[in-house]
Amino acid sequence: MSDDRIFIRLIVNGESVAREIPARLNLVDFLRDELGLTGTRWSCEHGVCGACTVLINGELARGCLVFAVQLEGCHVETIEGLSRSGVLADLQAVFQRRNAVQCGFCSAGMLLSADALLRENHAPSRAEIREHLSGNYCRCTGYHAIVDAVAEVAAARAVKVKAT
Amino acid sequence: MLDREGEGARLLAGGQSLVPALNMRLLSPASLIDINGVAELTGIAERDGVLRLGALTRHAALASSPEIARLAPLVAQAAPFIAHAAIRNRGTLGGSLAHADPAAELPACAVALDAEFEVAGAHGRRRVKARDFFTGIYQTNLAPGEILVAVEIPVSPPARRSVFLELARRQGDYALCGLALAAEIRDGVIADARAVYFGVGSKPVETANTALALDGKRPGDGPGAAANALEAELEPLGDFNADAAMKGHLAQVLLRRALGRLDAA
Repeated sequence: MSDDRIFIRLIVNGESVAREIPARLNLVDFLRDELGLTGTRWSCEHGVCGACTVLINGELARGCLVFAVQLEGCHVETIEGLSRSGVLADLQAVFQRRNAVQCGFCSAGMLLSADALLRENHAPSRAEIREHLSGNYCRCTGYHAIVDAVAEVAAARAVKVKAT
Repeated sequence: MLDREGEGARLLAGGQSLVPALNMRLLSPASLIDINGVAELTGIAERDGVLRLGALTRHAALASSPEIARLAPLVAQAAPFIAHAAIRNRGTLGGSLAHADPAAELPACAVALDAEFEVAGAHGRRRVKARDFFTGIYQTNLAPGEILVAVEIPVSPPARRSVFLELARRQGDYALCGLALAAEIRDGVIADARAVYFGVGSKPVETANTALALDGKRPGDGPGAAANALEAELEPLGDFNADAAMKGHLAQVLLRRALGRLDAA
């Protein structure tokens, strides 16, 4: 299997991508090495830490637990695309202001997970925020600042929804 | 195809347990067969009092499906305990059952609900009861070349209540000890109880004497004789997270809490 090369087409951050790649190539390696999108991190490599979190067809997924060849025709979104489109801009600003980013290694996954939570649950409790982010490890902040930031953005987005 | 590739091949469903093993080089199968595109393995449907779930049903769907919440509420209660949101979006029911991790939620639910599995191989199809399917740590009675196709769960009658509880050090971690309990409440007393523990043995552990001791009791009266039965019949296997004595203690705690939940329901 490791020697097979397979041609795939998929859409990454809104752009069509076509490549012939090894069947064994993991999505994280594909994003980083083939496409130069290094915001998605390799860390635990077994689905525990959340540093490789991406969206596949709009749903949260672990990049480290998917082979790129499985994603024929899929939409993949990474921190680069979601930063460019501005959907994470409020979260990113508050993460920065509240020191919810220190070394930054976990931040891409943390932001994607937080945004997915806020799309499903417009008024999460602190316990629900912690529970949802339990699949994303941060070794710097101790999590309090991250929970504060997500709670602040949840409240701000709720006000914005009311006003429109 | 699985038959042709032989024992060097593995089926790839959600990949949330298999791919970690591949990444860590614990497994190196000669080939992987991605079954995610097989339509026959999907779907949630009720017919003649049986809820049929395709093996590729994702954990997220188990948690959100109104049919499952109505017809097999134990499964809907268990689903949010499985790992984390990103894992639940891809991980599958069939994958979890075939992986047979003794600390996993769904094998215990399948045994507690008396589910039956449909298995297909090159020589046809067969059915196997959940309680006969799990044979040991990561071991099932699936033969080489066989695939789990669907899970069939007898629809819970309206009087049947279920409680799913799990203790872990952190949300999403493997259970130190968990309990899937289903019972009818008739005129305020428990009937036909089934109690299955997980995270305490080499496979889901059905504690039949404990369940029998609950029958005829009021949930509000607490475990009573059932606590003694549990003490006598459960022989927990310790692991590096908790020793056998601690798991035995946690099993008693969960029994007490489960009765409290039954009482409140």
